[in-house]
Formats: sequence, structure tokens, C-alpha cells
Amino acid sequence: MAFLELEGVRKEFAGTVAVENFDLAAEKGEFVSFLGPSGCGKTTTLRMIAGFELPTAGSIRIDGAEVTNRPPNRRNVGMVFQSYALFPNMTVADNIGFGMKVRGRSRDQIKQKVGELLELIHLPGRGDRFPWQLSGGQQQRVALARALAIEPQVLLLDEPLSALDAKIRVALRHQIRAIQRQLGITTVYVTHDQEEALSLSDRVVVMSEGRIEQIGAPADIYNFPTTRFVASFVGTLNLLNAKVVDSSGGRIALAGQEIRAGGAIEAGNGSEVTVAIRPEGIELGSGGGANQLTGTVEDVSFLGSIVRTRLNLDGNGTTLSLDTFNDPSLQAAAIDSTVTVSFPPEACLVLAASATPPPPTDAVAAAEAML
Amino acid sequence: MSGGSQSGPFGPMGVMENEPSLNAKRAGGDAARAGRRERRSFGAWWAWVIFILGALYFILPLVGVFFHSIRTRPDIFLAYRQVFADPAFLRGLGYSFTAGVITVVVSLLIIVPTAYWVRLRVPRLRPVVEFVTLMPFVIPPVVLAFGLIRIYSQGPVRLAASDTGLNVMLIGAYVVLSFPYMYRAVDTGLAAIDVRTLTEAAQSLGSGWGRILARVIFPNLRTSLLSGAFLTLAIVIGEYTIAQVLARNMAFAPYLSLLGRNQPYQPAAVSLISFGLTWLAMILIAFLGRGSRARVQVAGAR
Amino acid sequence: MADAVAVREQEAHIAPPARSRLNWSWLGLVPFFLFCTAFLFLPVAFLVFGSLNDAEGALTLKNYADLTTGIIPGAFGNSIEISIVTAVAGGLFGFLLAASVTVGRLPRVLRTALLTFSGVASNFAGIPLALAFIFTLGTLGFLTTFLQSLGLTGFRGVNLTSKLGVEVVYMYFQFPLMVLIIAPALEGLRREWREAAENMGASAFQYWRYVGLPILTPTILGTMILLFGNAFGAQATAFQLTGGTLPLVTLVISSQIRGDVLHNPGLGYAMAMGMVVIMGISIFLYTLLQRRAERWLRS
Repeated sequence: MAFLELEGVRKEFAGTVAVENFDLAAEKGEFVSFLGPSGCGKTTTLRMIAGFELPTAGSIRIDGAEVTNRPPNRRNVGMVFQSYALFPNMTVADNIGFGMKVRGRSRDQIKQKVGELLELIHLPGRGDRFPWQLSGGQQQRVALARALAIEPQVLLLDEPLSALDAKIRVALRHQIRAIQRQLGITTVYVTHDQEEALSLSDRVVVMSEGRIEQIGAPADIYNFPTTRFVASFVGTLNLLNAKVVDSSGGRIALAGQEIRAGGAIEAGNGSEVTVAIRPEGIELGSGGGANQLTGTVEDVSFLGSIVRTRLNLDGNGTTLSLDTFNDPSLQAAAIDSTVTVSFPPEACLVLAASATPPPPTDAVAAAEAML
Repeated sequence: MSGGSQSGPFGPMGVMENEPSLNAKRAGGDAARAGRRERRSFGAWWAWVIFILGALYFILPLVGVFFHSIRTRPDIFLAYRQVFADPAFLRGLGYSFTAGVITVVVSLLIIVPTAYWVRLRVPRLRPVVEFVTLMPFVIPPVVLAFGLIRIYSQGPVRLAASDTGLNVMLIGAYVVLSFPYMYRAVDTGLAAIDVRTLTEAAQSLGSGWGRILARVIFPNLRTSLLSGAFLTLAIVIGEYTIAQVLARNMAFAPYLSLLGRNQPYQPAAVSLISFGLTWLAMILIAFLGRGSRARVQVAGAR
Repeated sequence: MADAVAVREQEAHIAPPARSRLNWSWLGLVPFFLFCTAFLFLPVAFLVFGSLNDAEGALTLKNYADLTTGIIPGAFGNSIEISIVTAVAGGLFGFLLAASVTVGRLPRVLRTALLTFSGVASNFAGIPLALAFIFTLGTLGFLTTFLQSLGLTGFRGVNLTSKLGVEVVYMYFQFPLMVLIIAPALEGLRREWREAAENMGASAFQYWRYVGLPILTPTILGTMILLFGNAFGAQATAFQLTGGTLPLVTLVISSQIRGDVLHNPGLGYAMAMGMVVIMGISIFLYTLLQRRAERWLRS
């Protein structure tokens, strides 16, 4: 039996559904992330595990015990908030010791545990500081220690890093993961940052509009997205309109050229599908695999360690982006030159034919506009 | 090649986050509030007890005043009739209202440019100006008024010798009294708009200082200025001590004080009218401040 | 040493333009300071000098020595007592009232009503307020006669010229002021604090005991100090209520300076200086506590 179980959990707010059909079984010591855009229900789900919201239906079990309707102060669940939520009137030590204090632990016990936790979060000797004397990153580490002090069965983190600077974010993320491994604590981590979710988690739950889109290991989520939403939300992706030529042979017509997918296609011959290809799965030249496409170079953008090249495949709006590692010894493709690119059939994912056609610009182009 | 998508947090995320997230966030926020674990009950019992006690304390004196004002028999509105027929009442109200309006205008003309200038050009003098504007809080009005009398009844400027001079002193003292909340109202108003950028934008378009103040800064401060103005007006109309010391006995509060000693029912009627005027001023402030998160200003006791 | 000289030289090069800019900027504040000189600084200076002069204009400290004579200590005692009582009582009741519409989850419309009414009541002081209470709780007041008609024939109303009477009336502007300041502070308690406390196992009582009330304490104390100053400086209300029979600092200052009966301006100014000191201290403490509250809330 799994350690943390959510079964058929549903939450409605005044008639609108925030979360539905939420099933999850997390093993003891597992690090699970809820990933999705704002308003997808990930935080609501987390708050139901903490007990701040009551599910409209379904049940939540921790270590086999039914906690669905148990008030938050009777659950043994630690929570770290996006805004730290440290008590401003207490020192760091008092903040960390608060949970033990209200549980009636002895002064010595509290003191010893607080000392250990301060070591754990690399803030030894800072116990007498007040929260306003600490940086954001330090405050969030204290908040983590405070949540761990009650030795919770499950640790919940609600976008804990999103208020911090990019560099601190990355450093702290590694610290959180290290501490979590060290303590072997079952952890649920809510984030809208795919990089965070992918790099931290044992498993990622991708959510959209209150529903689970896909649950899987980071590599599976990234490499084998099962829905168009997951494909476009996680990582950078080319999404192209195509038509099935031969479903059993996996042949597809794309911008007047033909390519092959990794296997048979469920959609029938002649039906419209969306083809997803990761930019990093495509190579310049013909050495990258059986599929070859030819196009005109529209744009070359330098993104640091990689170079992104955008091709126009048909002289109309169909564009394809590909990433190559930045190699100072190589010359980037010239704009307006005609090049051939190649990729293996496995790199080409055919997504269930969606009723809505892809947006006029593909996801990559839109993402570049953001850059 | 797998490093490709590590192009960072600015990836396709940005696209997803833009439009839908705004609505979603708002909906989520409201929903979260509505769905809190707390029982959405009719309120706690102790809250009702406290509230009703408070409401009684608030309302009873008003009821008392009202009943007292209609005790006249057989004509229960006699007191009101007498008050409105009394030229002293209208003169008192008119005098104090006029004094209030002049005070507001002078106060604005001094405080707005000063607060603006302090913010823009001499921020290091801000503590000094702030301290000066707070001084009226600690100086007893009677001392202020009496000091004025003594200073201007001798020496080169003998304001105390003439009626006009006394009126000037009255306005001067009231303007000083209005400084604490006028300055705060204007300063918070300036904090809310980006003075520097607005000024620079105006300057880059070729505006002079006077024009910037009149056309750019004043309109943007309208809400905070008006609430400060109404508060000042309410205070000046009710002010007693300074008016009394400066022998402005025609002003509203001295008139009411005298009435309270000599007449049985009219003072109740006038008190109620005065309460209504305060209420009106506060409603206007609340009305002007709606939507903005302007802090409530309090003038304090007299 | 050589370094220090070099630095000083550099500063000397930089300083002149900076200083001249300050000089120019000063000019913008001239109207303000001129006005303040005419209507604020001069009267205050007059107050300070007057307190150091005797009736003949000779320099003396006698006025300050005389602060310990006659009714003056009693007046300070009365004023301080009334101010403390109404600040504490008004502060506590105002806090409970603000809590009733926020923490007590009363219907939203009552919250709006309370805040609007508090805005009016805290500005409704002076002569009309005194009259309203005289007509309500005085010997012939509405509530007095009403209670008598209910059979409480022994009830003679509240003696509004007594300390208790003044305190009852002052409460009318004291607790609304508390409500106006503390209600936003109560609503400013972040939901996450409560959730974090609950999450760590705290009961509602423990949350208020260890988190909620301690966070509000600087604001509550600071506001009570403000209420203290508010009551201490009040004059017209007390004058209309008591006709000057109850010695209060503001009333005694007024009669000393204006000289109906007492007339000793120098002594009046010395009293006023004492009042300025007390008010100054309370404003200072208020600012101090306010700063602490802000620092907490920002972190």
C-alpha cells in the first residue's frame, strides 16, 4: 500500500470545479511534484492534503489512516509556504521550535532539535535572529526547518522558491532535495516551473484545469508526453499540423514532405494530426536519422550553450526549430540558405488528433518571442 | 542534444502563463477564500454581544439629542424653526464654512508644492518637514492662539488690532492645524503615483514647473487632496478653542457653546445638525476614497 | 594618512556642486517655512520664552518651580488619569469591536457600518459631543429619565462634571479611533501565519496566544498611546461638560493664560511646556512602536 494516497479527490468552489478525479499513490520517501500553470488546481490539491481545504468528494490517506476530514492541526503534515509565513514576532529558533512547543515538548528537547535543524539548513548559530534580519533564501530555509521540526509524515512545499532570485532558486532547490533524501521524507512539491519539477522529482504530476494530464518520471514526462498539453507545457516543442498517409506504416505528410513516426498511428488514413518534435531531437544535415526535411533558414538565435535555428518548411507559416550545441568552431547556418535536417522516427510524436488546430505560430516561435 | 530545452524558465512557460493565468488566479483566489475551512456562520456570539454594546453606545447619545430637540410642545419642531430663524446660526455656519474653505485652499497651496518638492528634490529634508507638520499635534491650540495674539498685538505687524487681522490669524492657525493630515494625505498620494517619472515625462514634453503642478500633479492627487480637504473642513467648522481665544465669537462652535448655556432645546437641534455635517464630510471622504486603499485619517479630539 | 588626505581631496573636488544644488533646492521650501515661522514657530518660541519670564519680564525658572503648587499637580494628575483610563478602556473595547467584525465573522455590512461610523465618531468631538451627552446622561437626559420611568428611580444620571463623566464622554471618540487603526491591522494578519500555526498543531487559542496577539501588540500599544495623547489634548469637550470646574491641564492652561480668575501667563506657558513634553513623548513612543510593527509586517 502506498504511503500517501489520494483517491477520486474532487473540490468545488461555489459551483466551479477546481480539482476533479485526482488519484495519486506516492510511496514512502518519494518526491512528487505537481506541475501546471496557475489555477490548474495544484495548490488546491496540496491544501487538501494539508487540511486547509476539505474535498467535496474522495478520500486522502496517509500511511493507511484516513485523514480526509481531519482538521489541519491534527494531521502530522509539514507545510512550507510560498511567502515563507515565518512568524515575525519570533526568533528563528522560536519559529522552528513552535510546533514542538505547542505539542508540549520540553525546553531541552526543543533546544536540541532546533540546533540539529539549524545545522541541517546550514544556518548554525543564527537561532537568535529575527526573520526580518534574514535574506529571502535564508527565511525559506528556516521555514523548511520549521516544517521538518514536527517530524511530519508528509512534507508539502507550495511553490517555495518562486519568490526568490534565479540563482538562489537553483542552489536552494538542490538543498531541499538533499535534505529530503537524507531524511527520506515523503514530499509533495507544487510548482509552475517545469525545470524545477523535472530536476527535483521522482515523479511529476502534470495538471491542467483541475485534472491530471499525466503522471510519470521526469524523463517519461519529457520524452513521452501523452497529451498535447503536456507536450507543450513541458520543455520546448515543435507542434506541426500533418496528415496521416499510412497509419499502419506510420507515414505522415507534413508541409508537402513525408516523414515516418516511430510506430503505427491510431488515427485513420487522411486524418489530421499534430506532430510534436523536440528541437534538440533534430540535427542539421542528413546524419540524424531516417526522417529528412528541407527548408529555408529564417532565423538563427544564440541562446548560450545552444543555438536555435528556425526553418521555414513550405514557404508559408509552417516553421520548425532545431537546437544544436554551441560549437565555436562551427559556422551557424546562413539566413535564407536552404538546409536539410534529419531526425529519427522515434523523435517524432504523433499526438491524438485534436479538434483545435495548433496556433498559427508553433510553441517554439512563441517562446522565442518571449525571449 | 538533450540540453536543448534547458534554455531555462523562460521556455514555453511564458506563453502558457500569460493570458489564462490572470483569470485563473483571480478565480482561484476568490474560491479559496469562499471555501475556507471556517464555518460560514452568522458570526460568533461574543462578536454580537460586543457589537451590540458598541452600537448602543454609539447611537444612544444621538437618540438622546434627537429626543431632546423635539421636546418642545405643542410644536415639536419649534427648536429647529427657531434655529433656522436665528441669524446667528446661519452667520456662524457661514463664517466657519468660509473659514474652512479658505483654510483648505491656503493649506493646499502651501502643502502640495512643499510635499512635491521634498519628494522630488530634497528628500533628505523630509524628516524635518515631517517633524514640523507634526508639531501642531503636541502644541495645545490655546497656546498657539494666545501666542499669536501676543506676538501680533505688538511690533511691526499688528494683526490683532483689526477684525481682518484677527481673521487672518484664525486662518493661519487653522492652516497650521491642518498640516498633520494634509501633509500625510498629500505625501501618501504622491507615494502612490510615481512623481519623478510623471515630472520627467512632463518636462520632456516641454512643460514648466507651474504647469506640471497644475496639470499633472494636482489632478493625479485629486482623491487624497479632496479627502484631506473635507477633513479640514469638518475640523474647522467644529473648532472652538482658537476661535474663542481670537474673539471670533460669531464662529459656529462658540455660537453653539453659548447657545448651550442659554437655551433649552435649540442646542440639541444644532448639535444634531452638526453631527449630520460631520457625517456628510465623512461620507464624502469615503465616497471619494472608494476603490483606493487610502488610509482613514483621523483628526482627533478637541 | 596619505590615503586619508587623498580621499579628502577627492571629496573637496566633488563637494561644491553637490552643496550648491542643495542650496537651490532649499528655496522651494521657503514659502512653507515662512508660513510656519509666522503661525507656528513664533507662537511656540513665545511659549518657550514666556515660560522663562516672570510678570515683569525678568528671566526666571520660578514658573517651572510653581508647577508643583496649587491645583497644577492635581490638574496633571486628573488629565493623566483620564487619558490612561480612556486609552486603556477605549483601546480594549475598540479592539474587541474591531475583532467582532473581522475575527468574529459578523456580516460584512456591519463591518462597513462600523468603520464608517467610527470615522464620523472619532471626528465628532467638542461642543456638540458634550451637549449630546448632557442631553442623554445628564440629570434631565433622555436615558436618565427613561431608566427612571422603568422604575430605576434612584438613577440620577452620570455626573458629567466628574472624572468618570468626562471619561464616559471621551470614550465616544476614543474607541472609534482604535477601531479605525486596529481593524486594518487585524485584517493584515496574514492567512499563512494562521495556517502555518495550525499546520504545526496549534489550536486557535495557541495561535492567538503565541502568534496573532504578539504580532498585533506593537500596534495595540502604539494606538493606546495615541489615544492617550488624544484625550490629554482635548479641551473644548471638557470645557463644555464641566464649565471648568474639573481641573484638567488644558483647561487650567487656558484659564491661566486668558486670565479669567487665575491669570498667570508665565505659569500657563510652563504648564503648556509640560504638556508639550508629555505629548512629545507619546508621539515619539508611538512612532517607535509603529516602526517595529511595520518592520515585522514587511519581513
